[in-house]
Amino acid sequence: MNIVVCLKQVPDTETQIKIASDAKSIVTDDIKWVMNPYDEYGVEEALRTKEKFGGEVTVVGLGPKRVTESIRTALAMGADKGILISDDQLGGSDSLATAKALAAAIKDLDYGLIFTGQRGVDDDMGVVGANLAEFLGIPQLSVIEKVEIAEDGQSVKVNRPIEGETLIIESSLPAVITTQKGLNEPRYASLPGIMKAKKKPLEEKTLVDLGLDPVEFGENSRKVKIMEITAPPARKQGKIVEGETPQEKAAELARLLHEEAKVI
Amino acid sequence: MPQGIWIIAEQRDGDIRKITYEIISEGRRLADALGQELTTVLLGSNIKDKASELGHYGADKILVADDSRLEPYTTDAYVSVISELVKANDPAILLIGASVEGKDLSARLAGRLDVGMAQDCTAFSLEEGNLVAIRPIYAGKAYTKVTFEDSWPQMATARPKVMEIAEPDTSRTAEIIDATFSIDDNDLKTKIVDVAKDQSGKVDLTEADNIVSGGRGMKGPENYKILEDLADLIGAGVGASRSAVDAGWRPHSDQVGQTGKVVSPNLYIACGISGAIQHLAGMSTSKYIVAINKDEDAPIFQRADYGVVADLFDVVPALTEEVKKYL
Repeated sequence: MNIVVCLKQVPDTETQIKIASDAKSIVTDDIKWVMNPYDEYGVEEALRTKEKFGGEVTVVGLGPKRVTESIRTALAMGADKGILISDDQLGGSDSLATAKALAAAIKDLDYGLIFTGQRGVDDDMGVVGANLAEFLGIPQLSVIEKVEIAEDGQSVKVNRPIEGETLIIESSLPAVITTQKGLNEPRYASLPGIMKAKKKPLEEKTLVDLGLDPVEFGENSRKVKIMEITAPPARKQGKIVEGETPQEKAAELARLLHEEAKVI
Repeated sequence: MPQGIWIIAEQRDGDIRKITYEIISEGRRLADALGQELTTVLLGSNIKDKASELGHYGADKILVADDSRLEPYTTDAYVSVISELVKANDPAILLIGASVEGKDLSARLAGRLDVGMAQDCTAFSLEEGNLVAIRPIYAGKAYTKVTFEDSWPQMATARPKVMEIAEPDTSRTAEIIDATFSIDDNDLKTKIVDVAKDQSGKVDLTEADNIVSGGRGMKGPENYKILEDLADLIGAGVGASRSAVDAGWRPHSDQVGQTGKVVSPNLYIACGISGAIQHLAGMSTSKYIVAINKDEDAPIFQRADYGVVADLFDVVPALTEEVKKYL
């Protein structure tokens, strides 16, 4: 079964986010860009599926040229080929436009499954996977922590944790599965893997290459307009709980939680 | 011109979920400001008797879609029905709860309707009659304020436990309307074949009123017992930092932070958590934060309303005893 993995490049989660002077974007100068952590589970699951069923794994990334590094990382882990959708007109696109570009790049590929992270840890929208499924006309299985593909490769059974329970869902294939932590433990790229990755095919495509009209992408096409980006609201100054001993501190804390905060 | 505010009710096994009351209350506030009607859409099977109660919280109309294929929730059936109803009625604003189900629904629905959507918002307002939403990005390291352009309905989801629930007014009644819709069985590609309940009584962290959380300072999985004792006493969920989860001490479903759950409890007690930015991002909307850590320079103290500089292994059991006095 051939598999597609969509990945995004995001600031490393240790990054301190600084607001740019336009108050509509963030400062990107010192950011360390990494593969979106949730997408790593998608790459790993694709490789495990390939090891069991055979087929090819194609990695599709979207964004500036630096995204090539993350695609190469996936190739070094064991994916077979990469596609980078890169176009000056793409910058600032919203989730809808992003999914449309991905769908255009994927629709003519031969695939049985598409994996992508349940959300990007930058915008925290968690929408692209569902929109991609919509534009390809296939089912979505979101926030999945277990995947079992039927022996005949025609259907899949997944575990989807929701509040207080886990749903076991069966779906026809092809489908989009958005991946959650716990699905697997992503492998590290081996040194031979990294060497091999350099020779694996990585195609670059513009919006026009994909038969899309660039006017429908980018900042100006956004349906959700960013008015402002701000620092988180400041929390009021806290206090250090006084006391000579841990017992005294515990007693004072309990009193404060009861009398002042009124949460106990 | 699109008119009216719609909210999608969420129910499970016929019980209305709390998030529904949160968004009805918020929707009522917006509807009053706009001088428009608030409609609640309720989907399910044999669900009509639950509709009247929603009126007490401020809905003017309840549109009920009753069909055996609408229980339990599936993306395909819900998106099909709701998109049909939206196209037929043309609401101006559409609000959904940002629960696990609501996020799944809203994402696909936005694609079907080809409209913009703001996910997991913490505040709504109106500017010149347009919906303006505030939402955390980078798991709360920054916030963005957004609005909509040539995109109807203006669509957003609300983070659970953030919006306040209005006092129900039992004298208030809503008009209950049977929705007209169709479902094509060929569109239903997924099926729920089983449901595994979590351990009895365990509240999901995203819905918990209180959370007691442990990090590296817990030193090992066996020591979480002291957190569980405190948590049981105050009706709290038990969370963990990424390092505790990555060490295999706690299940990944307990992880709070940028690559885990984003939580908003009334009370968050962080024990032996230094406060890596990854973690702080996931709990910064908690109403009260308590930090217990023996390292007085731990960054967690800068976020805490109450900081206790001491060994958690002394403080937590003592706190459990002290709290009993107030219960």
